[in-house]
Amino acid sequence: MSTLAPIIKQHSFFSGLDDETIDVVTGCAKNVRFEEGTVMARQGDPANEFFLIREGRIAVSFPAPQGGGLTIQTIDADDIVGWSWLMPPYEWQFDIIAVQPVRALAFDGKCMRAKCEQDTELGYELMKRLSRIMVSRLQATRLQLLDLYGNNRPAQT
Amino acid sequence: MMPEVHQNPLTNRESEAPMLPEAWRVVANDWENHDTFTLQLERDSGGPFAFLPGQFNMLYGFGRGESAISISGADEESGTLYHTIRRVGTVTRALSELNPGDTVGLRGPFGSAWPVERLFGRDLVFIAGGIGLAPLRPAIRYALAHRERYGNIVILIGARSPEDVVFPAEIDQWSGTEGVETRVSVDRATPDWKRNVGVVTNLIAKADFDPSNSAAMICGPEIMMRYAILELNKRGMDDAGIFLTMERNMKCAVGFCGHCQLGPEFICRDGPVFRYDHFKHWFSQREL
Ligand SMILES: Cc1cc2nc3c(=O)[nH]c(=O)nc-3n(C[C@H](O)[C@H](O)[C@H](O)COP(=O)(O)OP(=O)(O)OC[C@H]3O[C@@H](n4cnc5c(N)ncnc54)[C@H](O)[C@@H]3O)c2cc1C
Repeated sequence: MSTLAPIIKQHSFFSGLDDETIDVVTGCAKNVRFEEGTVMARQGDPANEFFLIREGRIAVSFPAPQGGGLTIQTIDADDIVGWSWLMPPYEWQFDIIAVQPVRALAFDGKCMRAKCEQDTELGYELMKRLSRIMVSRLQATRLQLLDLYGNNRPAQT
Repeated sequence: MMPEVHQNPLTNRESEAPMLPEAWRVVANDWENHDTFTLQLERDSGGPFAFLPGQFNMLYGFGRGESAISISGADEESGTLYHTIRRVGTVTRALSELNPGDTVGLRGPFGSAWPVERLFGRDLVFIAGGIGLAPLRPAIRYALAHRERYGNIVILIGARSPEDVVFPAEIDQWSGTEGVETRVSVDRATPDWKRNVGVVTNLIAKADFDPSNSAAMICGPEIMMRYAILELNKRGMDDAGIFLTMERNMKCAVGFCGHCQLGPEFICRDGPVFRYDHFKHWFSQREL
């Protein structure tokens, strides 16, 4: 097992996968660190990676031409960011910014896609895990759109 | 066994004349943000005002009408009471315009309370949305003042934007307390905001509490409360461990008029704090 394998195994995204599978995906991973304020990925850049956050917090932001931007979501440790590597045109849809110092594992998207094509059981398992995350983020975004605190009162009737 | 909510426990004035307001003096009226202010009140007669966390008073803006407002804090020695109010209509606007030295009518305290004293030994999860932090603050303060009697304490606060967060200085203090996980999540922010962005219910999945030995207290917009309950249930928390407030518009506050009736319950008399399993049926009814 590589030194990254135990870390990957412990992360909730990969939890429950057997050692052999963990070894397969570990081949696509590397350790990365980002200082606070680093733009880890820019909207429109090729989405070659996704990140398993081990420590710190990242912001998913809409860039604003005049600078600043608008954060629509933050993602903390033990979570995952990025699925643009999965689907054409393989480009980041948002800016990804480290709002705290971040330690993460970066997974090479091309490498992961190739492994998923080769081992469709692994591919299906990962797609199920990713879809769960995508659905829960979609639901959360829908709630956010309701502007809950704007017009609503506590327990309005 | 999960405790019941604390039912109508205090009777400062109930046995006397619950419909008659008493005159209280405005000591200060400070804006918390663009639409929310905190009224600090004292009565000339002085003396302690007994209430339990979660209870509310009826505040009467003379000539303008009366509103139910939760007690957001108190200074026990001086008997000063704090009410944190969002300006939405006639009465709350009149209250927002009060100056130090002015007088308001006050009836109370009314209603059931957060059962904080009966939850010793458990992890506590507070979930507040918007102005919902005001009715929860006395319960949070109580829990922090008796820190050693509880397990982990988790405080999750949702607001529309960083500018809309109420009590930011106090939240910073809570964040610095050991064994207390305090998180604030806003719906939108600029990247210089270092706390969370997203619906507050996102934070429940990874909060540090033991669902088999904990209780949650929730106050906020109804939709937020529904999703909070879903997430708590997903973590394995039982409905009997979930307490929430219903702040239905009310008039008399003592269970006479029926204005705030929801199913068989009168929010003013039986609530505003309910144990979710007792209230679930009515909470999930549409258009009641
Ligand atoms: C037990 C209880 C505790 C409360 N605690 C607080 C508190 O601590 N701080 C606070 O700011 N507010 C609190 N409220 C809500 C507060 O009573 C109302 O916002 C207030 O009465 C509105 O009066 P108004 O004349 O200013 O507005 P109105 O002119 O009567 O109404 C303005 C708008 O607000 C809506 N509205 C009014 N009352 C309510 C309500 N109770 N629930 C939902 N929507 C309402 C109306 O439908 C209308 O859209 C509480 C309500 C209850 C029942």
